[in-house]
Amino acid sequence: MTLLSVDGLGIDFGGLTAVNDVGFSVSPGEIVSVIGPNGAGKTTLFNMISGVYQPQRGKVILDGADVTGLAPNRLAERGLSRTFQNLQIFQRMSVLENAMTGCHLRERGPVLSDLLSLPSSRRRSAVTRARATELLERVGLARASEREASSLSYGALKRLEIARALALEPRILLLDEPAAGCNAVETEEIDHLIAEVAKSGVAILLVEHDMKMVMRISRHIVVLDRGEKIAEGAPAAVSRDPKVIEAYLGTQSVEAGDAVG
Amino acid sequence: MRLSQKHLTLIVLAVLVALAPAFFPSNFYYRIGALIFVNGLAVTGLVVLIGFAGQISLGHAGFAGIGAYACALAPGYLGLHPGLAMLLGAVLSGGVAWLIGRPILRLKGYYLAVATLGFGILVSMVLANEAKITGGPDGREVAELGLRSALASIGIGLSNAQFWYAATGLSMLAGAWIALNLHDSPSGRALRALHDSEVAARTVGVDVARLKLSAFVISAVYASLSGSLLALMNRFITPDVAGFLHSIELVTMTVFGGVGSVPGAILGAATLTLLPQALTVLQQYENLILGLIMMLVMIFMREGLLPSIMRRLKGKG
Repeated sequence: MTLLSVDGLGIDFGGLTAVNDVGFSVSPGEIVSVIGPNGAGKTTLFNMISGVYQPQRGKVILDGADVTGLAPNRLAERGLSRTFQNLQIFQRMSVLENAMTGCHLRERGPVLSDLLSLPSSRRRSAVTRARATELLERVGLARASEREASSLSYGALKRLEIARALALEPRILLLDEPAAGCNAVETEEIDHLIAEVAKSGVAILLVEHDMKMVMRISRHIVVLDRGEKIAEGAPAAVSRDPKVIEAYLGTQSVEAGDAVG
Repeated sequence: MRLSQKHLTLIVLAVLVALAPAFFPSNFYYRIGALIFVNGLAVTGLVVLIGFAGQISLGHAGFAGIGAYACALAPGYLGLHPGLAMLLGAVLSGGVAWLIGRPILRLKGYYLAVATLGFGILVSMVLANEAKITGGPDGREVAELGLRSALASIGIGLSNAQFWYAATGLSMLAGAWIALNLHDSPSGRALRALHDSEVAARTVGVDVARLKLSAFVISAVYASLSGSLLALMNRFITPDVAGFLHSIELVTMTVFGGVGSVPGAILGAATLTLLPQALTVLQQYENLILGLIMMLVMIFMREGLLPSIMRRLKGKG
């Protein structure tokens, strides 16, 4: 049943161990969250799984195949999609074009047919346009589709990134702080969207600071501190774990309150 | 409607090309027009490379040199018709771009600029030094294309200047059509995406290295065809066509007119081809004024001439 499993993953940045010996697994339709104080190595872990960084130790297994260190576009071909903590939007393109680019693997074709605007090329664009429009409706951005992406608010850009990632029709979706910088209403919308996507059978790996959201939607939580996994399990068990409480109290007491409560 | 915007741009360009001769004070202006279109073709290729894909090249005159000398040499050495020589040049340029693009497109920003600069200088040195074949720095004559006499025999009589005005104008329009097609196509979106965020483009599955290479090859073919047309039109060519200055000129026209916009870059080519002619009345101050105009445009219209003007018009409307 496991779709993605990570085993003994580690990387050092010049002498400093950023992530060490982290392992867990995610099944289709399951939401697994990775939490931990700032600097715990969550984003680094994401970057290793999605091929942005080459892991120095350990393995990433996707659907039974070893995909450790594969380039991000190769992983995308295998159904792995992600969003970014600090937004990687195509600023000079329209909102619709951003979502359309998410369909790249389905719409790409010979460059020559694109240069000559052959019927096959126009057909590919038309299919993508319809699909992207649908996705924008799903994340509530249909009205903004012709606007330049850089003109959207932060919360809207977060949703646009999710739409773009979903356009890939992923089997596993990595979401890096999808609710960061969003207000309560937007957070709830994103929360619903994630639950809905998971229900459709997509495996979801989530990094999020909003503890209420994490506790509410995760089936399984992995806790990182200083690059190491210090606990994992069901939300209720994790929030009572003394090691988790200590890690949070040591660095971020506000969130510790959330985590315990 | 994106589609109609593409067609609108093409219609405006075609009307301008067709109607401009009505305002020509003398036949000499057909030649200026043709020079604008030859440059317009080359800068359209640079819009694909710099404006869409976000990759710089300071050596594209090298490809213009390959195209020009293919037309100068292939008819004599290989017995090819000049028209076929132009195609041979385009294939050769595309092939060379593919070969050198693979290693150098891994570089970014000014490293890429210097590497492409080196390529351009290499081509112009070879053309200047292999005097036995190329005629060296003194240049070389180019065979007659022969299309004009063929047209005359079917009753379309054009002066030499008129013929080249029409031939280069149509070539430029075809080039603009192709680049505009690319802009709104799957490949074009992927190119513009990797320009804005390479990492995000990769994560949606874009093969960044392959697409950058495609853009490099496409723009090289544009430059090559532009060089071929110049050679065939002038019936004479010197290694200057591949020179550093020509590369810089092309990039300047592109950025000046609007690097992300096909009609913008063509406007840049038109302005910077015409302006030196218009400024000759200022005699020794010509270059001073030209330099000042270029600086002022870039300071006050950073996106380039056309995009800035359009934005201002939209803002008011």
